[in-house]
Amino acid sequence: MNNEATPSGNNIQAPKFISGIPAESGFSTNISVPRRVIRIFEESAIIGIIALGVSQVIITAGIDLSSGPLVAATAMIAMSFGQTELVNGYANPKALFGTWAMDLPVIIPIVVGLSFGAFIGAINGTFIAIFKIPPFIATLGMFLICRGIALWWSSGNPISFPTDQYKAIGDGMMPVVWFLSLAVIFHLIMRYTVYGKHTYAIGSNEEAARMSGINVKRHKIMVYMIAAMLAAFAGVVLSSKASTAQAGMGEFYELFAIAMAVIGGISLTGGRGSIIGTVLGAMVLGVIRSGFTYIKLDGSYQLMAMGAIIISAVILDQYRQRKKA
Amino acid sequence: MNEEFVLKTEDLTKHYGGVRALEGANFQLKKGEHVAIMGDNGAGKSTFVRQITGVEQRTRGTVIFDGQKVDFKGPIEARESGIETVFQTLALADHLDVPDNLFLGREKTKWDWLGPFRLLDYKAMRKDTMDALEKTGVKIPNIHNTIEKMSGGQRQCVAIARTASFHSKLTIMDEPTAALGVQETEQVENIIRQLKEQGEPLILVSHNMRQVFDLVDRIVVFRRGQICANLDIKNGDYTGEDVVAYITGAKTGAEYESTA
Repeated sequence: MNNEATPSGNNIQAPKFISGIPAESGFSTNISVPRRVIRIFEESAIIGIIALGVSQVIITAGIDLSSGPLVAATAMIAMSFGQTELVNGYANPKALFGTWAMDLPVIIPIVVGLSFGAFIGAINGTFIAIFKIPPFIATLGMFLICRGIALWWSSGNPISFPTDQYKAIGDGMMPVVWFLSLAVIFHLIMRYTVYGKHTYAIGSNEEAARMSGINVKRHKIMVYMIAAMLAAFAGVVLSSKASTAQAGMGEFYELFAIAMAVIGGISLTGGRGSIIGTVLGAMVLGVIRSGFTYIKLDGSYQLMAMGAIIISAVILDQYRQRKKA
Repeated sequence: MNEEFVLKTEDLTKHYGGVRALEGANFQLKKGEHVAIMGDNGAGKSTFVRQITGVEQRTRGTVIFDGQKVDFKGPIEARESGIETVFQTLALADHLDVPDNLFLGREKTKWDWLGPFRLLDYKAMRKDTMDALEKTGVKIPNIHNTIEKMSGGQRQCVAIARTASFHSKLTIMDEPTAALGVQETEQVENIIRQLKEQGEPLILVSHNMRQVFDLVDRIVVFRRGQICANLDIKNGDYTGEDVVAYITGAKTGAEYESTA
């Protein structure tokens, strides 16, 4: 299979823009249906990694729309430090930098990618916590900026041919392994640490949190940084899995991540929900998508159906809250 | 510096733009003394409290607490130096349970080397919560219920138990019984009496005349942002009607003539 992606228009059901993964790696007609279902789970796992972060943001009563483009920007930036010098004995045709950036140990692209994520998250958090810009607006701006960075980084060219080490990050079932391990870690953090408790407290009653002596500003910046780093890591995993980084990757990922959190019972008004819920939400969304693909439901219907499911989940949640009150 | 006073303010002033919410307040609180602050809505009572507790930054003036000039940058600093406050708007997180709220912002932790990810010591906090509730006589059926499932009175009791369970140098309560039923009010008043027995000083902001005469040693009346009377009620020199006269402006304390 050719590693270099060519966006093709005549693929089957699932439209390319749901996946962001080049068509060949996920949805082409020449792989078996069960294999395709597994691919969707792997991809759900990648969006799930983003959802772990966005869940924390939503628990503070915020929102992060910048994660999809951040995935693309990080994929581009990280992989440009994870390319291999020689492809089949010839110089890498997609090399972005000179030989100094070739065949670096895999830790370098990972550190670069996560640092970039932390930087973007710190900017998000600073605008939201210190300059009091509504999270929706701040991260919407960052949404455009990150997509711009992704396009600018290599003038729109894909970055391909990663080192074997880089390829291993997202190989096979690795996205699922990453997703589940990170889910366990963040479940423990949210449930058993001061960080988690303060995150819930801020979402529940920010004024009370401040009066209780919690440094709300610093904490919010930290939450947005962690969320952005998780999205950045998702970008590394996605580019590794696809063996290429493209500026158009991760389209709609931010919305699917938010959907996973909401379906999993995380309240958009903050203070309520759990990481376990988000994992369940990710699984529900994965099952729905793979189920739709399995029964060969057209991609356009898939989107409509998923939209309806997301709205129903929110209605159900509101109904449940009203009943409680 | 006079060691006799726990809290002393000189010329404490707060302007919101052109609005003079608080003007030149000179206030003193002795050790172990319980003082009530009364006044009409908008008279500056809550503003006064917010300046002392560092929730807002004063326009000018001096605050001397525990023998030292203080300049709290926020409620955290005020609390750390020993001022506990029950705010008018309850500072509770609705989605958290009783121990979480009691220890909010000062959780008991272990493995502190983990920094912000240090672990919560749920067991110790639960035990201390039970002790605190027992000590203050507050009855809450299940401390692991979240606050949103509790009645207004229970919430207030949690907020006050939080204040009372930490040994503070000064407790401030801003209308603690405003929204409570008879029994709940009684519980809160019992907590206040306990503080008195323990010799812990208290500033009580209240509209309830009966409560004030029952509980405190002295009443300070605010009117239009200024202190207009300082009444020692221990000897029965004043009645509720006198206090009302001061609140409405029919009378002004001798030493405050300029504010009339």
